[in-house]
Amino acid sequence: MTDKSEEIIRVEGVSFAYDGVEALVDISLSVLRGDFLAVIGPNGSGKTTLLKIMVGLLRPQRGRVWLFQQPLETFNQWHRIGYIQQKATNFDPIFPISVAEVIAASLNSVRRPPSGRRAPVRKKILEALQTVGLEKEAGKSMNSLSGGQQQRVLIARALATEPEILLLDEPTTGVDYPSQQNFYDLLGKLNQQQHLTIVLVTHDYGIVNRHVNRVACLNQKLFYHGDHSEFCQSDRFRELLQGGHHLISHRH
Amino acid sequence: MSGDLILSSLFLRGLLAGGCLALACGLLGVFLVLRRDAMISHGLSHVAFAGVALGLALNLMPVIFSIAVCLLGSLLIIRLKEQARLPGDTALALLSSAGLALAVLLMSLKKDFGAELMSYLFGDILAIGPSEIYLAAGLAVLVSAGISLNLSRLIFMMFDREAASVSGLGLKKLDRLLVMMSAVTIVLGLRIVGLLLVTGLTVIPAASALQLARNFRQTLFFSCLFSLLSILGGISLAYVFNLPASAAIIFLALVIFALAYLLKRRY
Ligand SMILES: Nc1ncnc2c1ncn2[C@@H]1O[C@H](COP(=O)(O)OP(=O)(O)OP(=O)(O)O)[C@@H](O)[C@H]1O
Ligand SMILES: [Mg+2]
Repeated sequence: MTDKSEEIIRVEGVSFAYDGVEALVDISLSVLRGDFLAVIGPNGSGKTTLLKIMVGLLRPQRGRVWLFQQPLETFNQWHRIGYIQQKATNFDPIFPISVAEVIAASLNSVRRPPSGRRAPVRKKILEALQTVGLEKEAGKSMNSLSGGQQQRVLIARALATEPEILLLDEPTTGVDYPSQQNFYDLLGKLNQQQHLTIVLVTHDYGIVNRHVNRVACLNQKLFYHGDHSEFCQSDRFRELLQGGHHLISHRH
Repeated sequence: MSGDLILSSLFLRGLLAGGCLALACGLLGVFLVLRRDAMISHGLSHVAFAGVALGLALNLMPVIFSIAVCLLGSLLIIRLKEQARLPGDTALALLSSAGLALAVLLMSLKKDFGAELMSYLFGDILAIGPSEIYLAAGLAVLVSAGISLNLSRLIFMMFDREAASVSGLGLKKLDRLLVMMSAVTIVLGLRIVGLLLVTGLTVIPAASALQLARNFRQTLFFSCLFSLLSILGGISLAYVFNLPASAAIIFLALVIFALAYLLKRRY
């Protein structure tokens, strides 16, 4: 089951352009089971685009994507994937919905295999909220929570469906520093203890790097993809630490 | 048979049909308002009006015919939105003027049904025939079932479309379901409160519910409750004081909105 080399996402030769403007050029990478991959790169480097291609929201003009070794075009086991988009907390502020309802709506509508765990929805919601430390807020309305709490609810929603991989696009934007640290510790714990595979787009490489084992460094093209430890010894990392985004932000 | 009995059975019929309409409008209104689609009922009501005119001109059952036309119109709206690079409200404006133009044209060609068509402008609850009660009940059941069977998916889609899409939900199907249910409800609304007020009926109770509700379940409950109070209360007021029912219904809905708004300000 936990075959370490099992490929969960495979991206091969993917290029993508928005109305003729190139955003990604010839990207190939793979995510293995148990990986904690950080995707880094300057603004506009195509990180969000890459994530959207991985979860099937965008179709690449060239190249192919496999999820759990199945071609994306025919993949249908979406319950195995959790995705939290950039600025996910920018939802409609007048939308009347409680924390529990946010999670229930997703739990009740995601198709699960007959073999899946059949715990009652109520229990699953509570467990997911406990994981993110929000069990007391279940009945509160979503728009009465702080931005950081809302972000946690969305993580709980993604976890409740028991995905095998979680893809997060800059999940801590607008969250204060201590909460960011807690949040990344939580991701690290999920990765270590529950063997959840994680793909994280982030600008806070300094905070996450102790949890991460793989790094992808992106700017239209893939500049580095490999082990975090090797990345730390590479020139690119030194550039990054010196605040010199210029090397990886150089446009072609 | 005494005149009283006939009148009261007309009154009862009105209440029955009105109750069915209230349920459908109360449920759907919440979705339309939260999707910023409130004007979809405005656009569709004009298409439905053209449908009635066509039905009358062709000597077919106008309500049934109008449902068919309105369903087609609703699919056209979705298509324009998806493919013609039109903002939703422009697509609606396009279709509603097309509908009204068609109705006006038909009326000028065949003058003899003008009076009957007018009853769809302001609605005519006391003209509801016995067979239309069954139609109203059928439509109410259809809309309630369509919403309750898909409730979680609809909430998920409206709250977070992107995540819902990644969860493998068929968003386009759900969009179509909502707009087709709106089409059906609006034809029924046209019969009861008329073209000019049907938008208010689908939108005001939901807007009032949003003032008070803390979660989605409550919003649906309050919206249906306010819709029922407005329609049943409005019909009763109209019957007792001999007022136009459609106006009484909308005024009652507005009074409820004002109260809900004030209550929210107080607490
Ligand atoms: N919907 C869109 N239409 C047209 N161009 C787009 C669209 N979305 C992104 N782009 C362009 O594609 C490029 C990559 O954008 P993307 O959002 O993937 O970058 P990013 O790395 O996620 O940036 P950030 O760090 O700001 O989130 C940018 O040049 C952007 O302007
Ligand atoms: Mg981005």
